[in-house]
Amino acid sequence: MNIIIAILVLGSIAAFFGAILGFASVRFKVDADPIVDQLDALLPQTQCGQCGYPGCKPYAQAVADGEAINKCAPGGEDTIKKIADLMGVEVQPLDESHVQGEASKSNRPKVAFVIEEDCIGCTKCIQACPVDAIIGAAKQMHTIIIDECTGCDLCVAPCPVDCIEMRELPDTIHNWQWDLTSIPVKQLD
Amino acid sequence: MESILERITRGHFWDFHGGIHPPEQKTITSSKPIKQLTLPKQLIIPLQQHIGREGDLLVNIGDKVLKGQPLTLSTNPMVVPIHAPTSGTISAIKNSVIAHPSGLTQLCIFLDVDGEDTWRKREVCTDIEQLSNNQIIEKIADAGISGMGGAGFPTHIKINTKPEINFLIINGAECEPYITSDDLLMMEQSDAIVDGIKIIDKVLCPAFILIAIEDNKPKAIKALQQATAGIEKIKVCAIPTKYPAGGEKQLIQILTGREVASGSLPIHSGIVMQNIATCFAINEAVRHDTPLIRRVVTVTGRALNKPQNVWALIGTPIKFLLEQCELEPLENESQPVIMGGPMMGFCVSSELVPIVKTSNCILAPDKVEMPSAFEKESKEVECIRCGQCSDVCPSQLLPQEMQWSAKAKDYPQLDKLNLSDCIDCGACAYVCPSQIPLVHYYRIAKAEIREQQQLDLKAEKAKVRFEARKLRLEKEKIARQEKHKKAAAARKAAMNKATPEAAGAKSAVAAALARVKAKKAASNTATPSVSETQESDLATNTDNDQKSQVSAAIARAKAKRQLKNNAAVKTSESNDANASDTKTTQQQVQSETASTQPISSDDKKAKIAAAIAKAKAKKLNKSSEANSADEVDKDIVTEKPSVQDAKKAKIAAAIAKAKEKAQAKNKAGASSKADEATEPTQEVAEVSSTTTGNNEGGDSEVHSSPALDKKAKIAAAIAKAKAKKKLKEANSVESESSDNMKDLNEEEKNSSEKLSAQQPDESK
Repeated sequence: MNIIIAILVLGSIAAFFGAILGFASVRFKVDADPIVDQLDALLPQTQCGQCGYPGCKPYAQAVADGEAINKCAPGGEDTIKKIADLMGVEVQPLDESHVQGEASKSNRPKVAFVIEEDCIGCTKCIQACPVDAIIGAAKQMHTIIIDECTGCDLCVAPCPVDCIEMRELPDTIHNWQWDLTSIPVKQLD
Repeated sequence: MESILERITRGHFWDFHGGIHPPEQKTITSSKPIKQLTLPKQLIIPLQQHIGREGDLLVNIGDKVLKGQPLTLSTNPMVVPIHAPTSGTISAIKNSVIAHPSGLTQLCIFLDVDGEDTWRKREVCTDIEQLSNNQIIEKIADAGISGMGGAGFPTHIKINTKPEINFLIINGAECEPYITSDDLLMMEQSDAIVDGIKIIDKVLCPAFILIAIEDNKPKAIKALQQATAGIEKIKVCAIPTKYPAGGEKQLIQILTGREVASGSLPIHSGIVMQNIATCFAINEAVRHDTPLIRRVVTVTGRALNKPQNVWALIGTPIKFLLEQCELEPLENESQPVIMGGPMMGFCVSSELVPIVKTSNCILAPDKVEMPSAFEKESKEVECIRCGQCSDVCPSQLLPQEMQWSAKAKDYPQLDKLNLSDCIDCGACAYVCPSQIPLVHYYRIAKAEIREQQQLDLKAEKAKVRFEARKLRLEKEKIARQEKHKKAAAARKAAMNKATPEAAGAKSAVAAALARVKAKKAASNTATPSVSETQESDLATNTDNDQKSQVSAAIARAKAKRQLKNNAAVKTSESNDANASDTKTTQQQVQSETASTQPISSDDKKAKIAAAIAKAKAKKLNKSSEANSADEVDKDIVTEKPSVQDAKKAKIAAAIAKAKEKAQAKNKAGASSKADEATEPTQEVAEVSSTTTGNNEGGDSEVHSSPALDKKAKIAAAIAKAKAKKKLKEANSVESESSDNMKDLNEEEKNSSEKLSAQQPDESK
């Protein structure tokens, strides 16, 4: 008799907690994998595809699924470090095989620039731009919205007349960095 | 509230944490009146002199402008316009060094001063009571007034605030050890300043107005007390001298005992602060319709013979001010010039740097008073953890901790240490026994954090745009698929309708299918039949091509066979007879090829294939019948018309001919002497006929299709030239048979003329 009571009591407790867990899993269901969103937030969002995935979100998904964390060339070491912190893995050096083009080699931010007199208006770069930062129509000159350009380099290759080049953003007082080690500038006029 | 005022009237103030007492150098300039300068020759007016963005240009190079005329247009509240400080001509609009520690250039207007100082038309307002608040704010905005204390925040935004204002604080503390510009302004223009304060009072309606002046400026305090006598609302507060009492948050703490929370603005606590010079500028703008085109600048330092405060026009190059104050030039060393005060200022990179709305001091120190400005390298040594920096920090931060984090670029840690609350006052660096330029490290870190924030914003924007684009592409794809589906359905429906049109369309499609099938079958059957003949390779070339090609090939094959038969019969006859006979056969063949031409005329591929086939056929002929070369030659002549307007075919033919000639010559040399006489002549005849034919063909080509490729022609010409050379050689060797040659030449020419005469008809 005691055994039956014990089984009943334990069984009812188990059923009670099971019900609570079941309810919680339905009530507090998380749709997206939150780790993917967190990873996506760490990536530079250039959507350049240098990692081999079509955009930053797919790469974030892949990293969450166990892909190597050192494939983001535009993000560089900083991004790798952040991802390593988040994923709890070792920091790895950047995988050089995923560095393409000039854009990612120097630290200075670059944007694409259309040499407008050479543009034939083929719209190929517009189709390549992942962030719709190129304005233009068929047989009309194209130009790049510098503020929207992520410097991903993707528009350079499709151009049949090689009229797109990556240019460094000019130094202005808005993006100027104090540099104590530099020799003081002396303007001669 | 009451207690604050009571304390203030009793002269008791709160204190802020830290602060320093650097040696006062105000006496250098404070005893001299503000000097009116002569006009400089050229003014350099930067388009952007405040926090925000530059306005749209209103003037062009070469324009004559009057004093006070706006040079840029404000299209946005964060844009402050600039005005011509005097009359003159715009000589250039280009990038020039600006008053910024980076020494970077920005767009500046170069104004050549004409010296007349002619004003534009001004509307003096005698009674400000008639103006509405909006009108006053508009006037302030149009006058281009931005905070003149240092930061340069647009004033019209600052005074256009809605919430209830408890205190309007007028900042006349001027805590930097050298600067006396506000001091002098208060002494000399106290009434105008009070008028300006009244205007702000009318707009903001604060509960109380406090004018804060450090107690090291007794004359200024007295002047303002006199000017505000009888105005209940305004209290002149003589605050204890301590650097940086002039900092916005520090001054609020001194006066009210309230601390402005980290990340919030004074306006959130119901406090608005304005600089003394700004109040003066507001009065000028609203009452006298005078935009902000000049300001008081303290030009000081022991390197100057006449340090003093001057009224400097905005855009005056520093060089001019230093000359006016008689700078002692240094020998073989450049004079460091500091813009702003010694505590917060920066070394300017060029003497062409202009005075802007925020520049209150130009400091030219000598080696004794400021040796650090002359040193090229920093004397920084390791931090000894003395903690003096945190003792003097007015924001109660931990400068030493921040320094380490800044050097390690540990930005999250800097954020935890509240780097953003640092006011760059430089008190920590001033007291540091290790001479660490602490503020520089903070500035670098701040700039980098700001940049990182901008990058994050940009990344966020890029992400949104990328997602939007993906969505759009997806939608477009679906729409396209739908459209295609609909179109297919419509076609099917139209086809299945029982109307006669539909039936017609159906039958047309069926007919087309049938044709395609028939073509396939024809090409399959053509292959074996042709391969039996000599020109098996011709057939293989064309067997997968169109019907027309096949038929053309068959026609040519027939013609050749006929020719050969004829030639075989007449080989024993004389050359003359042979020639006359070939003429007739040529004509026959001509008619045949002419009949095949229309079919293949517009098919380039077919022509090329035919040309290749011919070349091969010729070779075959040569090898099989070495002594009947004349027949082959004739063969070529007869086939020539069929390829007249095919440039590629021509080239191929020319090359083939050249080869063949060479071959023929070799064989001729080996063959019997009787043949020797006829062969070269035949060759000459052939070449002449082909060349004329080619020429004619080329002409007709040019006429019929002017867009023909030049290259092809050139290649053909080269081939012809080569052939001619070879011919000449042959001629010189066999000069004995010249008579025969002539005869033949003539006859062949005749025939070729006939051919060329027929040519236009065919091409038509």
